[in-house]
Amino acid sequence: MDLTLYIYKTIFLFIILLVTLVVAMYSTYGERKVAAFMQDRRGPNRAGPFGLLQPIADGVKMFMKEEIIPLSANKKLFILGPSIAMTTAMLTGVVIPWGGIITIAGREFSMQIADLNIGILYVFAMVSIGVYGIMIGGWASNNKYALLGSIRAASQMISYELAMGLSIVGLILTTGSLSLNEIVAQQHGMHWNVFYQPLGFLIFLVCAFAETNRAPFDLPECETELIGGYHTEYSSMKLGFYLFAEYINMFISSAVIATLYFGGYNMPFIDQIGLSPNMVTLLGTFFFFMKIFFFIFLFMWIRWTLPRFRYDQLMNLGWKKLMPLAIFNIMATGAYYYFTELT
Amino acid sequence: MVFLFYFLSAIMILTALFVVFSKNPVDSVIYLIICFIAMAGQYILLNSQFLAVVHVIVYTGAIMVLFLFVIMLLNLNKEIILQKSKVTRISAVVTGGIFFLVMVAATRLTLEIHPRYAFDSKIGLVSEVGKTLFHEFLLPFEISSVLFISAMIGAVMFGKKDV
Repeated sequence: MDLTLYIYKTIFLFIILLVTLVVAMYSTYGERKVAAFMQDRRGPNRAGPFGLLQPIADGVKMFMKEEIIPLSANKKLFILGPSIAMTTAMLTGVVIPWGGIITIAGREFSMQIADLNIGILYVFAMVSIGVYGIMIGGWASNNKYALLGSIRAASQMISYELAMGLSIVGLILTTGSLSLNEIVAQQHGMHWNVFYQPLGFLIFLVCAFAETNRAPFDLPECETELIGGYHTEYSSMKLGFYLFAEYINMFISSAVIATLYFGGYNMPFIDQIGLSPNMVTLLGTFFFFMKIFFFIFLFMWIRWTLPRFRYDQLMNLGWKKLMPLAIFNIMATGAYYYFTELT
Repeated sequence: MVFLFYFLSAIMILTALFVVFSKNPVDSVIYLIICFIAMAGQYILLNSQFLAVVHVIVYTGAIMVLFLFVIMLLNLNKEIILQKSKVTRISAVVTGGIFFLVMVAATRLTLEIHPRYAFDSKIGLVSEVGKTLFHEFLLPFEISSVLFISAMIGAVMFGKKDV
């Protein structure tokens, strides 16, 4: 690998890392503002103008709190849990195409860290490893509520991973590729996959909510039944890591939804404006982030609108409704391509 | 590349040993997970990205989660020292040794690459895997899917209280 590319990738990796963290940080602020708006309150408005420094204040507070490891907890695993949650949350951003091709000093650089030809599956692999963070943390706390919470989380995530995996098979049939970069490139000019795969998109969206443990699927941390769920025993920055990992997951899943179904960095009428290629790329990235922010808002909107599911309802929805629907989607897509290719 | 191979192999062997020797069953499961992730790294070195990712999804992400699940539900939290009789121990060692012998004998044969399946650097990519599965090995592939379905139905039947 030549040196320029190496330096570029390293810098880009740090930028993505930073952007992910900042977006996740301000998602906490956004969530509180959205909640306040929906409940006719003001929300955070003390720290800085419009309370914009609130996330920083929260971060400092988290660091300053006393760190407690319960005596009966398994110390190694107690620390390992939040680390896994945070690491796997950050790893997924690597395969997402954040923009098109940018030209610096006559050389073309792709705004994607790694263009794997199995990009979607990589996302799934990271999601499936992410379960361990919650499971190990909940178990190591040696607390019944935490254990119940982590078992709920694990069974919920495994159940919805299946429906999620099946829902993208239809998408793969239409695009014929597993590479996220190629999927985005194919959606150029308003050929967004959501128009071809509406059912698949709906299933994917519901499963994304369940995978990130967001309301109405936030049973693992259902406070009326389980105190705090899997992070009952956690304090200080370890708790912060769990909460933060949730927001990072939300950001990344919004990015994945926008990439797979809403054209990624493509925007309408981009060919007609007649800008320079670099401007088009930057504008595309800006547009991509607008899409991501819309989906983050959707996550919050639904959280403060819908009440929580009951556990049996959750399992029924996952196994008896979403799975058959996803299989139907695969068969319908397959049949469509089979018969259109025949004629 | 060679350095990575030895590095991953060292991790695999060490964690595999820890799986056997650690007293806490949860530790064993976690070492096995690390071992599987290192194995996925070996697949990537062989340019089999698809195999590596599927390995992580299926083994690390699904099967080991179920292992961990069972251990958590049985609540084997404290370090347990297994009390087994001498006969069980000796027979376990003998069986393990014979199995090891079989594995070594089997790997000796794979040293030569079969001329019909010459090494192809693209063999692990998803399109190649798909073509191979659906052309050359279509019948075994379909039969194994039937086997999986029957296993699934069987598990559901066992799980039901009244059939």
